Amino acid sequence: MSAKTITAADEPIRFYDLDEHAHPEGHSTMLGFWIYLMSDCLIFAILFACYAVLGGSYAAGPSPKDLFDLKLIALNTAMLLFSSITYGFAVLQMQQGKVRGVQLWLAVTGLFGLAFLGIELFEFHHLIEIGAGPQRSAFLSSFFTLVGTHGLHVTFGIIWLVTLMVQLSKHGLIAANKRRVMCLSMFWHFLDVVWIGVFTFVYLMGVLR
Amino acid sequence: MSHDPHNHTAEGHHEIEMPHASMRDYVIGFVLSVILTAIPFWLVMTMPLSAAATGAIIMGFAVVQIVVHMIFFLHMTPKAEGGWSLTSLVFTIIVVGIMLAGSLWVMHHLNTNMMPMPHETTSQLP
Repeated sequence: MSAKTITAADEPIRFYDLDEHAHPEGHSTMLGFWIYLMSDCLIFAILFACYAVLGGSYAAGPSPKDLFDLKLIALNTAMLLFSSITYGFAVLQMQQGKVRGVQLWLAVTGLFGLAFLGIELFEFHHLIEIGAGPQRSAFLSSFFTLVGTHGLHVTFGIIWLVTLMVQLSKHGLIAANKRRVMCLSMFWHFLDVVWIGVFTFVYLMGVLR
Repeated sequence: MSHDPHNHTAEGHHEIEMPHASMRDYVIGFVLSVILTAIPFWLVMTMPLSAAATGAIIMGFAVVQIVVHMIFFLHMTPKAEGGWSLTSLVFTIIVVGIMLAGSLWVMHHLNTNMMPMPHETTSQLP
C-alpha cells in the first residue's frame, strides 16, 4: 500500500500515510541545512533592521562618511568573492573524485577567509583606537553588532573548513564527507550573500548618506 | 507535488541527491559578481551621479547580485529538494520584508512624533 492508492476511485480517500518509509542516512541533510540558513537569514535581517533604525543616531559623534575607508572595503569584498570561487573549484574537484584537489582548494579558500577576517579586525581595531568603538553611539553599536556577527560567522566557517580538511584526510571522499563539503559550500556562499547586503547597505549607503 | 519525495533515494543508498555544479556556472557567477560589485563601488567613490540616483542604482545592483549568487553559487532551482528549498526561501523573504518594512515604518513615525528632548537640542550644537 502506498500513497498512490488515493487516486483509485473505488477506494476511500486516505488522510493518513501509515506506512513506514525508508530514510537513508543524510537524505534530508541538504534541505535541513538550507532551512537553518534561512533562520540565520532572519538573525541578519533583525540586525539589518536595527542598523536601519539606529544608523542615523550619531550622538554628535562620527558619521559613516568620517569613518569608512571604501578602498579597504573593496579589498575585503574581493577577498570574500575570491574565496567563493575557490570553494566552487573545491566542489568541482570533489565531483571528479580528487581528494588532493579538494583539500588544496579548501586551503586556498581558508586563506582568503583569513585575509578577510584580518582586514576586518584591522578596521575594527582602527575604529576603536580613534574612539569610535561600539559604545560611542547607537550607530556604532548597531554597526559593530551587524558586521561583527558576520565576521563571527566567517570565523566559525573557517573552523569548520579546517575540521573538514582533517576529516577528508582521515576518511577520504566518503558519502558523509561529500555531504559535509556541500553543506559548507552552502554556508560559505550564504555568507557572501549576506556580505553583499553589508557592503551595499552599511558601507556604500553610509558614505552616500 | 505529485511525486513521492523519497523516490530518488530508493535506488542508491550511497548516492544522496546533490546539486550538480559546473565550471561554467561558477565562472559566469564570478564574472557577473565582479561586475555587479565593481560598478557600485566605482559609482560611490567617484560620484558621477546624484546621491539619490546612486543610492537607488546600488540597491538595485545588490538585489541582482544576490539573485546571481543564489542561482550560480547556491545552485537554487525551483525543482531543488522537490520545491521545498524555494518554498522556504520565499517564506523567509516574506518574513524579512514584513520585518524590515514594519520596523522602518514604525520607528520613523516614532522619531517624527517624539517630543524634542533637552539633551538632544544641546548635543546637536557643534
